[in-house]
Amino acid sequence: MSTPHLPVSPHCGAPSHDSTLPTRAGVGLKPEHFRQIVETRPDIGFFEIHAENYMVDGGPFHHYLTRIREQYPLSIHGVGLSIGGETPLDLKHLDQLAHLIDRYAPESFSEHLAWASHGDVFLNDLLPVPYTAQTLQRVCDHIDQVQTHLKRTMLLENPATYIEFAASTMAETEFINEVLRRTGCGLLLDVNNVYVSCTNHHRDPHDYIRALPSSAVGEIHLAGFAREQDANGDPLLIDSHGSPIAQAVWQLYAYSLELVGPVATLIERDNDIPRFNVLHAEAQQAELLMREHTSLEQVA
Amino acid sequence: MSGHQAFVAALFDADLPHPAGLSTWNGSDPAARFAVYRNNVIVSLVDALADTYPVTQELVGEAFFRAMARLYIGEAPPHSRVLAFYGASFPDFIEQFPPAASVPYLADVARLEMLRVEAYHAADTSALSAEVIAQALANADSLPQQLITFHPSLRLLQSRYAVVSLWAAHQGITEISTIDPVIAESALVVRPHLDVEIIHLNHGAGDFVSQLTHRKTLGEALEHSSEIQPDFDLAGILGLLIQSQAIVSMNIKE
Repeated sequence: MSTPHLPVSPHCGAPSHDSTLPTRAGVGLKPEHFRQIVETRPDIGFFEIHAENYMVDGGPFHHYLTRIREQYPLSIHGVGLSIGGETPLDLKHLDQLAHLIDRYAPESFSEHLAWASHGDVFLNDLLPVPYTAQTLQRVCDHIDQVQTHLKRTMLLENPATYIEFAASTMAETEFINEVLRRTGCGLLLDVNNVYVSCTNHHRDPHDYIRALPSSAVGEIHLAGFAREQDANGDPLLIDSHGSPIAQAVWQLYAYSLELVGPVATLIERDNDIPRFNVLHAEAQQAELLMREHTSLEQVA
Repeated sequence: MSGHQAFVAALFDADLPHPAGLSTWNGSDPAARFAVYRNNVIVSLVDALADTYPVTQELVGEAFFRAMARLYIGEAPPHSRVLAFYGASFPDFIEQFPPAASVPYLADVARLEMLRVEAYHAADTSALSAEVIAQALANADSLPQQLITFHPSLRLLQSRYAVVSLWAAHQGITEISTIDPVIAESALVVRPHLDVEIIHLNHGAGDFVSQLTHRKTLGEALEHSSEIQPDFDLAGILGLLIQSQAIVSMNIKE
């Protein structure tokens, strides 16, 4: 493919975590694609990994990630910290994360506004948090602890949710704004999650995106969802990461770009992994939209 | 019970009502929406087990495997955020699972599959070169006192069943109809570089490797294995260990 006409951050030379992800599209790194990426060096803006998959001693995962990291900017995305958890952060896990970040010096580290464990049980899902003064304090304390331990700021991802809590006293966007303000962390704007959650809770996704601070967005995620129905027959979208990005999400992405400007954008696919070229084509589509929906002053 | 404790209990037990305090914009029953979380948790963990145990799944069929996995997950949810090794106790569960009793070798095939995952993700180390090993073995006086350290990926499974042949049949390497599953086989699992190798060892060779992994000297291991298998082939197993790059150091016992 031709080089995109975008302000592309240089990624040659020794990677440093002082730098940021390039304003380009990236792809989630999957073992199915390791060989092809190393052998063909596709023109991709960056790769993103799930931290927990690489918390192993050695073998092919580290072999390929080491080679890929030498050639590309890297984002490390955690799914297991359980920042919204009631119980304290797992310090052993935090140490493993710090070790992984030291080893690969990613341009970005991000985690979720969700909980994934309780006590010593890990649930392998991103579970919802009520939005109250008490949970706000806990989430901020956990993010402070993570940022202090890792000696860097993180990005927090807005969640995809299927239920809400009667106990919530503030809107999700209000909660996120307050977390960003108090902790100084950045925002990973998951546009698919916005679309999924707003559909599921009957809100306007454009209002949702406008309610977030566009200047705090350090990365965007795009993914596919599955369509189901709730008990009343109203649409219930599932953040499945198992299908191509929906047209409605591309449109919402274009809308987000008008507000945020060009920003590192990840194509996420974690289930029914297609050939690499399919994801590469979605990355090219994202870069096309980045060029089309970015005002001249933002590029300048 | 804390909010999350009740939430977790309801995730793992579909007979429990959904946790209190859930709301929906349209007043619909939150149970249908809570079921999404329940499904995400259980299905993702069943999928994790299916990734680790593909041959086990083929042996009993997908429906049986997934039903068995669900019961296991209820008893033994993950305690680590690193799911690569989730299900290490699944073979023991299978061994005690009455509906699986008609496939007596199932638990050992599952054990072999978990050892394969362990080897895949084990630490990387260079093997000792064949020349250095040959030099160490050439000294007849010190030979019996040699202690061998294996590659961090090396695993051994001594089974009463034909685990290696069964595993190979499901890779399309051998024809399943030719396998007698009740013939004992040992499996040597090692990953010298990127690919995990699963190598069939006979009873004596399996015993020899087991002795060495328990820090017995070459002399002690040889004596033990020769008693177990009178025609024990020392040169054969040493050659195989060298060829598979399983040896990372040799030291003379003080």
